[in-house]
Amino acid sequence: MTIELKLNGTTHHVDAEPGTPLLWVIRDDLKMTGTKFGCGVAACGACTVHVDGEPVRSCQTYIEDVEGSEITTIEGLSSDAAKAVQTAWAELDVVQCGYCQSGQIMSAVGLLTENKSPSVAEIDDYMNGNACRCATYQRIRAAIQRASELMEA
Amino acid sequence: MTLNTTRRSFLASAAAAGGMLAIGVTPTGALAKAGGNALNPFVTVSSDGTVTAILKHFEKGQGTATGLSTLIAEEMNMGLDAIEFEFAPSNPDVYNNLAFGPFQGTGGSTAIANSYMQYRMAGAAAREMLITAAAQRWNADPADLTLLDGVISGAGKEGMIGEFVAEAATLDVPSEPTLKDPSAFRVIGDASVHRKDQDAKINGTAVYAMDIQLENQMVVVIKRSPRMGGTVASFDAAGAQSVKGFIQALALPNGAGVAIYADKTWAAFQAREAVEVEWDFSAAESRSSEDIKRELFAALDDTSEFDASSEAELSDTLAAIEGAEKVVEETFYFPLLAHAPMEPLGATIEPLADGSVVIHDGAQFPTNDHSVLSSILELPMEKVKVNTILAGGSFGRRATPTADYQVEIALAFAMTDRTRPVKLVWSREDDITAGYYRPAFAHKVRVGLDSDGKIVGWDHRIAGQSIFKGTFFESVIVRDGIDHSSVEGAADTPYAIPGMHFGLTDNKPATTLLWWRSVGHSHTAYVMESMMDIAAKAAGKDAVAFRLEYLAGDTPDQQRKAAVLELAAEKAGWGKAADGRSQGVAVHKSFGSFVAEVAEISRDEDGAIKIEKITAAVDCGLAINPDVIKAQIEGGIGYGIGHAMRNEITLTEGAADQVNFPDYEPLRIHDIAAIETHIIPSAEAPTGIGEPGTPPAGPVLANAIAVDGPRITSLPMINEGVEFV
Repeated sequence: MTIELKLNGTTHHVDAEPGTPLLWVIRDDLKMTGTKFGCGVAACGACTVHVDGEPVRSCQTYIEDVEGSEITTIEGLSSDAAKAVQTAWAELDVVQCGYCQSGQIMSAVGLLTENKSPSVAEIDDYMNGNACRCATYQRIRAAIQRASELMEA
Repeated sequence: MTLNTTRRSFLASAAAAGGMLAIGVTPTGALAKAGGNALNPFVTVSSDGTVTAILKHFEKGQGTATGLSTLIAEEMNMGLDAIEFEFAPSNPDVYNNLAFGPFQGTGGSTAIANSYMQYRMAGAAAREMLITAAAQRWNADPADLTLLDGVISGAGKEGMIGEFVAEAATLDVPSEPTLKDPSAFRVIGDASVHRKDQDAKINGTAVYAMDIQLENQMVVVIKRSPRMGGTVASFDAAGAQSVKGFIQALALPNGAGVAIYADKTWAAFQAREAVEVEWDFSAAESRSSEDIKRELFAALDDTSEFDASSEAELSDTLAAIEGAEKVVEETFYFPLLAHAPMEPLGATIEPLADGSVVIHDGAQFPTNDHSVLSSILELPMEKVKVNTILAGGSFGRRATPTADYQVEIALAFAMTDRTRPVKLVWSREDDITAGYYRPAFAHKVRVGLDSDGKIVGWDHRIAGQSIFKGTFFESVIVRDGIDHSSVEGAADTPYAIPGMHFGLTDNKPATTLLWWRSVGHSHTAYVMESMMDIAAKAAGKDAVAFRLEYLAGDTPDQQRKAAVLELAAEKAGWGKAADGRSQGVAVHKSFGSFVAEVAEISRDEDGAIKIEKITAAVDCGLAINPDVIKAQIEGGIGYGIGHAMRNEITLTEGAADQVNFPDYEPLRIHDIAAIETHIIPSAEAPTGIGEPGTPPAGPVLANAIAVDGPRITSLPMINEGVEFV
């Protein structure tokens, strides 16, 4: 079936079977690979994208359920929160292997969009579904706090 | 996609035309210009002034791209931001790991240690040649000229380095260029420099093997035997025919599985679900992990197969313990562990028009990629190119002596007509279930103490599965039957403990095994540092002071180990934990580096443990990139603690019981509240940093828990009734 997908402000027409995860349409059909495959079962958060502004795990989001929604991937980030997060990530040298970081950033932007100055407990709670095997967690926590400062400045 | 191979041919022609200065080494290790014996350089300078570090080590997050670029930037007197980097092609003659012999690869925390002088020499040679070229053009004395931030100046003149590249490329390479004095270092040791690889990882443009998208490529996934040694008896792909995008299913010629080809990844996964395989398990492993555990424990009570002690006799040790005032004894168990790097494994083989092939891989062992493809595809070595790209973690997993996934992709590609690129994709389930685990180990230690609380004997027996036997590294690591990686960190401890004896018994592997971040230290440090704590308690002494008694000698190892211990204790406020909190300590040498850690924990009203803070002190020689060192200690601690807390692979009839993150739960952001790292200033040659943070992490948590709780001697901790918040 042909599905109309609004992604990063552009409308795409994609031929995909119902039940196909959004992740694989983004990666293999639209060839945008910033959104990562980590587990396929929504347990690691590497595939996090925004659907109508909310972070979701694209590996467990079926393509037919997001027709008409506004989808944003790491490649399409442009909000003030996103700029603050990406700036803070660079300032604090958060990344190691980097493979989970698109998902971490998408979640962090989701957090700061709904809560501009989260507490440590709120950060830990919100980010708990994003795994980082390099264990860059304390820099992620610090970078979210830094991004919060940047947004207030 | 721009391929490194394209860049490579540009390099060769540009160097030949004098438009580029390229410095590498000859196969004998002498500095040389590219275009001659050293076609493959460590550094290039182009006529537009671009300086590029060519990295012989891959980047899996450990910071090599930053570290090797730093060495070039330093000797060329440039800012780190001004240096470009790219990964080297496969050429073990030029890019061999000096710690491995004639083999190009990354591992054992050797990247900086073995490259440190090579990259500095290459950078220094390029600097001297550019200055000499300028001096000749200006009729000046080279000693009057300086190169700084891409500009050569002196004798009243100045010019950009690019202007001198053509002339510099005609000069002889100095055999021993003058290295900068460490007092003049600007980039080495600068904690404020930023990682070279981070921008692309922040904006989503970084390309990993999983991200290769070539025109007309096929995706292949493998249905593997669930048990080690099982082979395909027959298979039925009829069910896959209805999956849109399914192409074909073919048994791998080595019998290890069925390759399922499709146009796209999701179709390949779906088709795999629909392919039914009858396995021949006649030669397959049938033991469970409980069987292995029983065998290991039985071995500990028997006479050890190998005597791993160079000094003490077992009879002397036993006699000393027999006559001791007090004896403490513990038996330890360490389960199989998966590496689970964030990026599941995979690689792509791309056929080129001239009959050669390129493998796009986060290649940890490029020499393996190269020789495996040459052999399986029956192509001469020069028709195989290895394009090393970023790797989404490894922890050892991308470096298999058997080149497991490279063999899979080569076999899968060989069965096609070789006109389309073939991309191998592993799922997380493949990653967790397909073996290559940290082997299971058991230790039994008896320590005798005299009436002054001094150790008089230490009888230490180890049973486990050898990682190195049967691999091409066996001749380097295995001596007199003893796989050194089974006893490293114990039998070679810097502690000056009298009457130490070590015995080792090998256990037949029940699954494929592999080094895992810190290798043998991943279990030996836990045992050594738990026993030191237990012995200190039995002696009625402070855990730090007790350890220092055995580090009071004048060997550099003892002094450096004592120094990190003292620094960590001081910075953590050892002995001054707040009410309701407990502290533990551990210190260990691995990969040439020394790391001490102090853990501070609290318990909630239900007794669940929260890790409030880990304070670490590290001595890894000269700190090239202090912030990368801190990041590696943070990551190494997280990796060690997360697995000690809750991870294990168990086998039922030779097949893994765990399949994905929900039952191999990663460390999460809330698990450790804070990590603080302190670096000992040092002028010693740089040593490892990717692994040394991991070994003390398990025992430091165990020692903190044991202050007011149980002594955990079997991992993971959650199996022993320990709860974490």
